[in-house]
Amino acid sequence: MSGKVIVVTSGKGGVGKTTTTANIGAGLALRNRKVVLIDADIGLRNLDVVMGLENRIVFDLVNVVEKTCKIKQALIKDKRFENLFLLPAAQTREKDSIKPEQMKELCEELCKEFDYIIIDCPAGIEQGFKNAIAGADQAIIITTPDVSAVRDADRIIGLLQAHEIPAPRLIVNRVRQQMVRKGDMMDIDDVNDILAIELLGVVPDDESIIVSTNRGEPSVMESGTKAGTAFRNIVARIEGEEVPLMSLDYDLGIFDKIRRFMKK
Amino acid sequence: MDLINRFFKDDSASKERAVERLRLVLVHDRANVAPGLMEALKEELIEVISKYMDIDEDSMEVTLNSGDLSASLVANIPVKRIRR
Repeated sequence: MSGKVIVVTSGKGGVGKTTTTANIGAGLALRNRKVVLIDADIGLRNLDVVMGLENRIVFDLVNVVEKTCKIKQALIKDKRFENLFLLPAAQTREKDSIKPEQMKELCEELCKEFDYIIIDCPAGIEQGFKNAIAGADQAIIITTPDVSAVRDADRIIGLLQAHEIPAPRLIVNRVRQQMVRKGDMMDIDDVNDILAIELLGVVPDDESIIVSTNRGEPSVMESGTKAGTAFRNIVARIEGEEVPLMSLDYDLGIFDKIRRFMKK
Repeated sequence: MDLINRFFKDDSASKERAVERLRLVLVHDRANVAPGLMEALKEELIEVISKYMDIDEDSMEVTLNSGDLSASLVANIPVKRIRR
């Protein structure tokens, strides 16, 4: 059984690709899948630090592609999980240090060993992006509910189509339900309507993400956070389960409740 | 009751503006990004119209215009002769 190669992309920077990659990877590993995460953001690596594995880097993606080392030597095993590995990016090289064909070859090799290969794509649409999508057979698009991010996501969807990566799925990240209720933030339906691709999940804006990143412990590892729950639901859906979208109305204050009542 | 309603009314629906603006900007982004789109559209328009009238294909212009609130496809097609 060959592995699935999923690229996590967005176009816009800072919308949550790395955080999502870390959490989806960890979440799948918690379900006993064999998972490898690849940080394709050469020159600006971050997946290592979000995962808390920054002290264990010996070799990186560029070393592997240049055949300075074997794949196994570069893979960092995350000791907190059964079967979760990280292939870090190079920090002192640039995005043109590798070519799309090389990424494709690498992914094909990894497919033999792993259930899931998840690629953290850099922001932008240039060489870094092209490299990241080269080996992918599926894509997850991350956006936040704002004009810039949605516009960039739309561009990315077009590019993925042009590169024949079918049926990308959408995660709407950093939703602030209070703002949505006030009409100050687009809601999930607005975003999904505009982008017109399958919705994979919604993640609420959650301060606990900052704490998790501070600690280098992906949110899915502990229960009780909204973002963690959202990511766990997303992982379940990736595995083919049907999970309804979680309610984001947990923070209704008394005025919101009255406002709702008035609208009826 | 009206006073109470006004107290709770949502006056800032800035997200509506966001949705409007996004839809508009995407009309342009998508049309520009697909290089063949306008060309293919023009070709097919010529095909259909030529069933009914002879047109000056070389002087024909098809453009996507947009203002603040809407976009429109504008075609200027010189007609030479209407077929019987």
